[in-house]
Amino acid sequence: MTAKPLITLKGVNKYYGDYHALRDIDLTINEGEFFSLLGPSGCGKTTLLRTIAGFEEVSSGVLMISDTDMSGVPANQRPTNMVFQSYAIFPHLSVAENVGFGLRKSAMSKAEKATAVEDALQMVGLAGYGARAAHALSGGQRQRVALARALILKPKVLLLDEPLSALDRKMREQMQVELIKLQRDVGITFILVTHDQEEALVMSDRIAVMFEGEIGQLGDPEDLYRRPNSKRVADFIGLMNFLPARVADDVSEEVAAKPAKPLGLIDRLKQPFAPVSGPKALPEYKLGVEVQVPGLGRAIVPTSQVPKGLRQAECIVGIRPETLSLLFAGEKTDKQTVDATIDEVVYYGDMTYYDVRIEGIAEPIRLAMKNLIGRPVLEVGVTTKVIWDERSLVVLAPE
Amino acid sequence: MKRPRLAMSERRRAALLLSPPFLYAVLLLALPLFAIVLFSFWTQDFMTIDRTATLDNYREVFATEKWVPGAGLWENLQTIGNTIYLTLLGRSLYVSLFVTAVTVILAFPVAYFISFHVSPSRKSLWLFLITIPFWTSYLIRVFLWKVILGYNGVVNASLINIGLIDEPLTFILYNINAVIITLAHAFAPFAILPIFVALEKIDRSLLEASQDLGETRLRTFFRVTLPLAMPGVVAAVLIVFIPTIGDYVTPALMGGAGGQLIANMIQTQFLALNNAPLGAALALTAMVSVTIIALVFIWLNRKWLRART
Amino acid sequence: MKLRVYAIAYLIFLYAPIVLLPLFAFNDGTVIAFPLQGFSTQWFSELATTTALHTAVKNSLIIASLTAIFSTILGVCAARAGAMAHFPGKRGILGFVMLPLVLPEIIVAVSLLIVLRQILGLDLSNWSIIAAHVLICTPFSIAILNGAFQNIDPSLEEAALDLGESRWSAFRLVILPLVTPGIISSLLISFTISLDEFIIAFFLTGSNPTMPVYIWGLLRFPASIPVVMALGTILVALSILLLTLAEIARRRGLARTGTKDTGGFL
Repeated sequence: MTAKPLITLKGVNKYYGDYHALRDIDLTINEGEFFSLLGPSGCGKTTLLRTIAGFEEVSSGVLMISDTDMSGVPANQRPTNMVFQSYAIFPHLSVAENVGFGLRKSAMSKAEKATAVEDALQMVGLAGYGARAAHALSGGQRQRVALARALILKPKVLLLDEPLSALDRKMREQMQVELIKLQRDVGITFILVTHDQEEALVMSDRIAVMFEGEIGQLGDPEDLYRRPNSKRVADFIGLMNFLPARVADDVSEEVAAKPAKPLGLIDRLKQPFAPVSGPKALPEYKLGVEVQVPGLGRAIVPTSQVPKGLRQAECIVGIRPETLSLLFAGEKTDKQTVDATIDEVVYYGDMTYYDVRIEGIAEPIRLAMKNLIGRPVLEVGVTTKVIWDERSLVVLAPE
Repeated sequence: MKRPRLAMSERRRAALLLSPPFLYAVLLLALPLFAIVLFSFWTQDFMTIDRTATLDNYREVFATEKWVPGAGLWENLQTIGNTIYLTLLGRSLYVSLFVTAVTVILAFPVAYFISFHVSPSRKSLWLFLITIPFWTSYLIRVFLWKVILGYNGVVNASLINIGLIDEPLTFILYNINAVIITLAHAFAPFAILPIFVALEKIDRSLLEASQDLGETRLRTFFRVTLPLAMPGVVAAVLIVFIPTIGDYVTPALMGGAGGQLIANMIQTQFLALNNAPLGAALALTAMVSVTIIALVFIWLNRKWLRART
Repeated sequence: MKLRVYAIAYLIFLYAPIVLLPLFAFNDGTVIAFPLQGFSTQWFSELATTTALHTAVKNSLIIASLTAIFSTILGVCAARAGAMAHFPGKRGILGFVMLPLVLPEIIVAVSLLIVLRQILGLDLSNWSIIAAHVLICTPFSIAILNGAFQNIDPSLEEAALDLGESRWSAFRLVILPLVTPGIISSLLISFTISLDEFIIAFFLTGSNPTMPVYIWGLLRFPASIPVVMALGTILVALSILLLTLAEIARRRGLARTGTKDTGGFL
């Protein structure tokens, strides 16, 4: 599917008095996309959502939906509908009256409206709940009513303001899956506001991470997780160790070529004229940027993982806990290792988090190990080796 | 500076909505209050108002004799204080303070009981029962106290029937005591409700925390409950103290000759003697005294609460 | 339970005078004193034939109804504004509007008397009483309606706007139904306060006395006191009826929005 822009923001600013809530937001959200606005509280994500909904006017800049400038278009005339954080279910109306609320002025007949309401309830798994009193519903049911009420109007965009934050963990995980399915079924753009990075990673096609009114990084979940562009993004999404380091220069280093393997019988049949010793191995080159990480050593990091222009300079190196591992007794590795002492053990059942001390690094490093069968949980004070992989290093500009 | 348009327009709508009640209060409260102040500096001779500014009314309120310009300051100052108006004002303040103290002290345990010992489902029933008498005709309620305390009233009749007394008691009607009892009754719900609201707001785990930290129930009450309930007590004090000063019905019906208060005098000046300027001066004097006492009370309470923290 | 005993004793103290009302209203004697003389309904029949009283009651009903309507309208404005966006001076203005709650009524009475009679030179009428009663009832309306308006989730109105309604229709379809119980109890309580108010009415009453002013007149004549008792009995019964209605309205409002009952009107 080719991405077709639906919502475009150009240089959008929003002030509340002296408070600068949105700073020069440039953003394009596509048709049919599940888009998330992720960030800590007060980062402007809800303001941005409410700006798109029409509850807030932009102070400067342009907001377009379907190529139409939205300035001066009130919320009740925009092709957007919203699921509120509190769900905002009208407590004095029944479920069906809530869902059919937006159809009041539509040209549909009474029977058509009733069918539409029943269809919408069916879609969110509440078929037959129409006659219930709204205030007697559970949290999950209220959320479904809110969804049905917004979707019945067939908006171009569904806006979801922290819709899962009021639910307990189990319900939340279930609703995440249901929301993804629902979005695929109806095929319209969903914009989700959340402070829960896991939720954003699970549900979204693309995510904008916001800090202090700005978009810190925009990308798909894997981009954000693997290639955060700043320490604050890396820190906000998942866990990451940060080590002070130094970027040297671009290098292209010859790696010892693999020794030539003698040819087998089938190879022989295929290549009857090849020399007996097999093809001469070509030298391999490692292209990348050299980074010196005190405590770990020298690493060649893929050029794409190092900010442009950051050469011969101090930097921060980020390492995700799951990209490090401990060398257990009896295991071997051909990767780089470094000596470490276990400082803290946090047992999670499926995983164990270890904080390890490595000489030359001030703070303990956290790493995560799967608790495989036969693999012991090491104790505090044990000395061991930490395996690290230079490909997993994320080089970030110092703050 | 750029300002958000919608937030601004909601502010404007809020301001617009608030303007009718505000204008009403300005027209019917602020302006009339200002008029009283003006009037208190004027004089009236039967039907004609003399609009030259003068302190005569206040001199009459505060001094037994007219200010003698020739005499020295000290001679003039000596005449201050001993007027019928100040006697009435003093009595009024005494009655109001006494009524306030009695009402609030009697009301506190009731509010405490409803908040802490009545099950949540029955709280509104209790509050309902307490508010009902308040909504029944004030005049008739006051009059009924006369029936209770009167010469052939309920109290005397029962006491004679039991044989405790031979002659009806006379000291319970037509004096200040009767005024105090009646007012304490009339303002009871005013005292209970604010205290109850303050008590309801107290997080119950605070009390458990205090006991957990080794305090007895009684000490917990004085160290935790009472300080936290203080805003309600202050509200109760003000809401009883301030209006009682303006009541002339109870003293007129219950007070007898020795139980008349400043409000009766204000009423007399306005309605019987047709001396609005003097009445205005009296009303202002009373209001200012009440306000000063109320402010001192609030200040003392703040100081007390701050001293504890 | 010592506290419970005390609380019940307190309730008895509160109800003591009111309990006497029906006793003397049905008492076959002209003197309001014990012992009782026997059962009679003559004071009630006398009520029915006293035309001066009927005029006073009619006056009071008109005044109380109009007061209830006006003060509730002002109360809705203030309480709605109170639940909306903050603007500079809002707290001060709200506090000022609530001021009559802690102002001695005699001050309200004399200040309005001065303005109406001496400054504007108007004749006192029912309107002067209504004006004053609206002033003192509005704070009560605001207090009641504040509860109603502040219980409403602000996103309900936004949801209605989001679903295509205008500001006005969002108010009509969502806010108004939710605050209706508050409005009813505000109407009833303002009505009750105005109906019973004497201190101000006595100053501002024109040629037609209100019911409390009429009762005040009767209290000076011992012979008419049994009639007052009968009238009082009816008034108490009526007050209890109105209050019960107000309470039912309030509870229905809570049930409707599914909010917890925190008790009380004020």
